[in-house]
Amino acid sequence: MAIFSVYVVNKAGGLIYQYDNYVPRAEVEKTFSFPLDLVLKIHDEKVVVSFGQRDGIRVGHAVLSINGVDVNGKYTAEGKDILEYLKDSSNYPVSIRFGRARLTSNEKLMLASMFHSLFAIGSQLSPEVGSSGIEMLETDMFKLHCFQTLTGIKFIVLADPRQSGVDGLLRKIYEIYSDFALKNPFYSLEMPIRCELFDQNLKSALEIAEKAGTFGPGS
Amino acid sequence: MSRQSNRTTDSKKMNSELFTLTYGALVTQLCKDYENDEEVNKQLDKMGYNIGVRLIEDFLARSSVGRCHDFRETADVIAKVAFKMYLGITPSVTNWSPAGDEFSLILESNPLVDFVELPDNHSTLVYSNLLCGVLRGALEMVQMAVDVRFAQDTLRGDNVTEIRMKFIKRIEENLPVGDE
Repeated sequence: MAIFSVYVVNKAGGLIYQYDNYVPRAEVEKTFSFPLDLVLKIHDEKVVVSFGQRDGIRVGHAVLSINGVDVNGKYTAEGKDILEYLKDSSNYPVSIRFGRARLTSNEKLMLASMFHSLFAIGSQLSPEVGSSGIEMLETDMFKLHCFQTLTGIKFIVLADPRQSGVDGLLRKIYEIYSDFALKNPFYSLEMPIRCELFDQNLKSALEIAEKAGTFGPGS
Repeated sequence: MSRQSNRTTDSKKMNSELFTLTYGALVTQLCKDYENDEEVNKQLDKMGYNIGVRLIEDFLARSSVGRCHDFRETADVIAKVAFKMYLGITPSVTNWSPAGDEFSLILESNPLVDFVELPDNHSTLVYSNLLCGVLRGALEMVQMAVDVRFAQDTLRGDNVTEIRMKFIKRIEENLPVGDE
């Protein structure tokens, strides 16, 4: 899966569409006996590993489920505090699944508006007049590509650093937006996109982009 | 009318008569509902506006035109690219005002009014007013406020159809970042 996610941000900086195309690869489920040798802490309302990395469980991984039941932030599904639960030896042996915590939709909204502001700062930092905003953000794990239309809508794609042809993909997503979102008379502009056809066509476009590695113009 | 030939999704040809009939049915129904030509003109303009704000994205996605930096460029793009893409006609751009903020689009033929004759009791009806709304809505989405009206109309006895477009101002409020 070389294309990780797609975000669409409206003129005001609000997230109107988000699609995640990846499954976190590093999820580990293990059975533990008392006492737990991992050091856990609370971070951002989640229980994360702070020390004691071993067996594929990395620092920063969050507790995703206990005994097969998904947790609810720092509480178990039944409402018990996880750290308290794990300090009690009578609850062992316990099977815990660790993995990279997924972003909640609120977090995604916040990140999208923050990116919208950074995009603006990007163009203001430019020594030359008439610079565009941020077009690409690169890290060692992913590359973020951004395309802003003349009407102010931003299409953002997070992809593998080696993925090519993302520019073509961004244009293709713009076409899909203008077709399946805008031509749907029941879709109001600037609102979250909830159109089945848009989802389906976006998914097939992503599949084609991943397989071909590149996206030809006009296809 | 046919879709752009480089679209591989579906290149359907649609009968332009169906388009003319659809538009005609729309206008006559509006006349029945509102019974007042001025009101119908206003409604057509509103409907055109709603079409225009969506059509602009389709236009920008399919053509590769960049931002226009002056009104002359805008006029050329509208006449040579947009009208060609959507109505299959290429109006001519004439009658520039001395300040360069007003121009006319002269349409030799208008696909909306094939086979149409205006009766006497609808003499103030601007039959193709939808087009004015479309142009106004589309340009507003690219931060240009314009006033669009029909100066001449073949349905009302003139020789050609003339659309007069006047530039009012650039809309600075929602300017996407990175464009001046």
